[in-house]
Amino acid sequence: MNIPSTISTLLIGIVLTLLSLWYGQNHGLMPIAASDEANQVDDLFDTMMIIATGLFLIVQGTLIFCAFYFRKRKGDNTDGPGLHGNVPLEILWTAIPAAIVVWISIYSFEIYNTLGGVDPMTAGDMHAMHSPKSHRGAAIAAPLETMPSDSRQIALGVGASPLNQGKSAELEVNVTGLQYAWIFNYPDSGITTGELHLPVGQEIQVNLSANDVIHAFWVPQLRLKQDAIPGRTAQLRFTLNRVGEYPLRCAELCGSYHGSMITKLIAHTPEDYQNWVQSQQIASQPNNSKALALNPTNLSDSQFLAPYAQEMGIDTQLVSEMHHSHH
Amino acid sequence: MTQAQLQPSGEHLSHHPHSEERRWQDYFTFSTDHKVIGIQYLVTGFLFYLVGGALATAIRTELATPAPDFVDPRLYNSLFTLHGTIMIFLWIVPAGAGFANYLLPLMIGARDMAFPRLNAVAFWIIPPTGILLISSFFFDPAQAGWTSYPPLSVTASQVGEAIWIMSVLLLGTSSILGGINFLVTLWKMRVPSMRLNQMPLFCWAMLSTSLLAVIATPVLAGALILLAFDLLIGTTFFNPTGGGDPVVYQHLFWFYSHPAVYIMVLPFFGVMSEVIPVHSRKPIFGYAAIAYSSLAISFLGLIVWAHHMFTSGTPGWLRMFFMITTMIIAVPTGIKIFGWLATMWGGKIRLNSPMLFAMGFISTFVVGGLSGVMLASVPFDIHVHDTYFVVAHLHYVLFGGSMFGIYTAIYHWFPKMTGRMINEPWGIVHFILTYFGFNLTFLPMHVLGLQGMPRRVAMYDPQFANINFICTIGSYILAVSTIPFLINAVWSWTRGTKAEDNPWQALGFEWLTSSPPSIENFEVLPVLTVGVYDYGMSDLSEVESRSSVEVKYPVGPDNEPVSATSDSQSK
Repeated sequence: MNIPSTISTLLIGIVLTLLSLWYGQNHGLMPIAASDEANQVDDLFDTMMIIATGLFLIVQGTLIFCAFYFRKRKGDNTDGPGLHGNVPLEILWTAIPAAIVVWISIYSFEIYNTLGGVDPMTAGDMHAMHSPKSHRGAAIAAPLETMPSDSRQIALGVGASPLNQGKSAELEVNVTGLQYAWIFNYPDSGITTGELHLPVGQEIQVNLSANDVIHAFWVPQLRLKQDAIPGRTAQLRFTLNRVGEYPLRCAELCGSYHGSMITKLIAHTPEDYQNWVQSQQIASQPNNSKALALNPTNLSDSQFLAPYAQEMGIDTQLVSEMHHSHH
Repeated sequence: MTQAQLQPSGEHLSHHPHSEERRWQDYFTFSTDHKVIGIQYLVTGFLFYLVGGALATAIRTELATPAPDFVDPRLYNSLFTLHGTIMIFLWIVPAGAGFANYLLPLMIGARDMAFPRLNAVAFWIIPPTGILLISSFFFDPAQAGWTSYPPLSVTASQVGEAIWIMSVLLLGTSSILGGINFLVTLWKMRVPSMRLNQMPLFCWAMLSTSLLAVIATPVLAGALILLAFDLLIGTTFFNPTGGGDPVVYQHLFWFYSHPAVYIMVLPFFGVMSEVIPVHSRKPIFGYAAIAYSSLAISFLGLIVWAHHMFTSGTPGWLRMFFMITTMIIAVPTGIKIFGWLATMWGGKIRLNSPMLFAMGFISTFVVGGLSGVMLASVPFDIHVHDTYFVVAHLHYVLFGGSMFGIYTAIYHWFPKMTGRMINEPWGIVHFILTYFGFNLTFLPMHVLGLQGMPRRVAMYDPQFANINFICTIGSYILAVSTIPFLINAVWSWTRGTKAEDNPWQALGFEWLTSSPPSIENFEVLPVLTVGVYDYGMSDLSEVESRSSVEVKYPVGPDNEPVSATSDSQSK
């Protein structure tokens, strides 16, 4: 068999290429991109879709073509040609996929590096996170702090992009996953919430930890995901570029109500964010809230969480179940 | 080219095969005959497939609406945990072992497996273990998914999890015993005239599969034993409060479970390489490339496990290594797919049910392969990991790869196994229902995952309701599609038209003997004079001139070449 090079093959090739190029860029399969990083991931996905569409059409087209064109005719009981192989052709179809996957690997590496995935160590940040702070999340984070912490651990997740390596992010939020809720603690302002409020246009770092089982932090519009693993810490750094409300889910099976472990990421303009921070700080003044005036360390988890339950969209029964289940 | 050139010779048996007709009761005994054991594996596996399929239908029924209204979330978690475990350990892996048991000795001209009693032990572990696993529904079934990640698995349900660990350990043991048996059989039991690089490609596939099973399964056993200690005795191998690390379990688990993916699909790559040449009437295109690509897949399969952990506890630089190794697996897989397409190209394709299922296999496997390359790309994987995109991908490769492969093999070897022809029109109806049901169920799941639906949830955002409803309809079609097959298989087995010894005019050794084969397989041991894929080679001298299919006359006093053939084998 010769490698076909006729006009018709050429035409089919052109049509296939155009179709692939068109579909790869107009598939509309991804949700809104809410960060610069998400746009880069989408570019990578579009490229892979172009290649995948082309290969898909080639294979399915060949199958359908064979089924019609090379099917056995009635009364023809002879065999096809006794053709055992064609070494140049085999080398070609080994080399082309090999080149494609190597190229996709390099491209993926580039994107991943720009996202900050190859940032090797952020030991300073890790250390800061492990030092016990008397913020209001203390009661919930208590089990974690009894675990041996190892500040030499390699950072997990997606770190600073090459441009920002060595700098700390403009805003840090400590995120704790527990059955079946996320707790967000803002070390700078001392706020603790059940929804993640963030400003657009600033580099943000979330530090992930888990109290009971493995959870995974996922905002589809950011294209970012990272497991929160008990006994380890992980981080994600990103910059939002679009105001809006996005679902923030747990993506790793964490128990019966895993499917309901969902809250919101609310991306504010920087001004709105400042307003939100101020309103939270006023609301959490000891005089304004009897429940919060108590020292949180004297409360059980469910008592402590009760005021937040409404806000987080979880019912109180679930909170008390959680209390029993994570010991 | 007919069977006449595959000349049986030498070594006449002392007993009379035809006096020992097999009866149906034999399939319920502790037989050591590899053919009985093969059918036992296949029928048992199929029964468990029906159980696993029923669980899948329950899962899809739950997901037809966004609210958790059909089963409660706790039971839902148990449903998908047992669905995955049953399908993998009680259906796909045993089905591959079943075909290997039935076919390997026949394909290499052996009278039985190397260790017939070990073979029976390997099979008889499975039915009681399956019943044990399913019985956990009466207690508190495991709920931590088939991956059973700690700490969740050691806190969610103790009794069910203990049963789960025990069952998987036993099934892994069965798989190791089977793997050892296949390896020794292939290495030691081939007829002298068949060299390693003349073996049918199914044998190569099973060689690669068995290597993986023997190397990787003990690691799973280790992980599960440690997990059992954590669960039952309170050790803290994987518990961070006692200094353990849950990520270690993930490494151990995936060191087995990624290769397991190839343990599940390689046998059916082998099936494709057998079935496509026969029904295309052409030699397999690129025998050596396809044979060695199986070994390459085995080897690469052992060094890609951490791609399941890109969003878990895997540092960035390590993710890069696993990204590249994972991507490279696409190359040997591509070699196989292009080889099959080139085999069909220019052939005289008989579009009967085995061929249709084989083409369905390629058609769906390509989709799974392409999404697999995408998933290997770390930045993209981070987005879709643990979503329905992964569910879609794994069902395209594992369910598509195994189910289409199993049906291809059943339709192709049914006449040999039962001595009866299976009904062809009903086979085609079965194919159409299966193919459309399959794609309707799993293709839309890619969109769900990309859009943001996580896997393993009983309740989801109403924005995904329509697509989920389509998937549920597809799953019902898929469930219904087994009905024509079941009726067809049972009816044809008992009343179908009698099959000839070689209804497809195939060249493999298994077609040289009677249908079904006598207890000792061959009256006289076959001699390989023509390659098992030499379709369309009308001239023997042409065959002889080809280096890849050397005509080897047998050696040794018992195997003198004889030109006479029995009547049943000449056409």
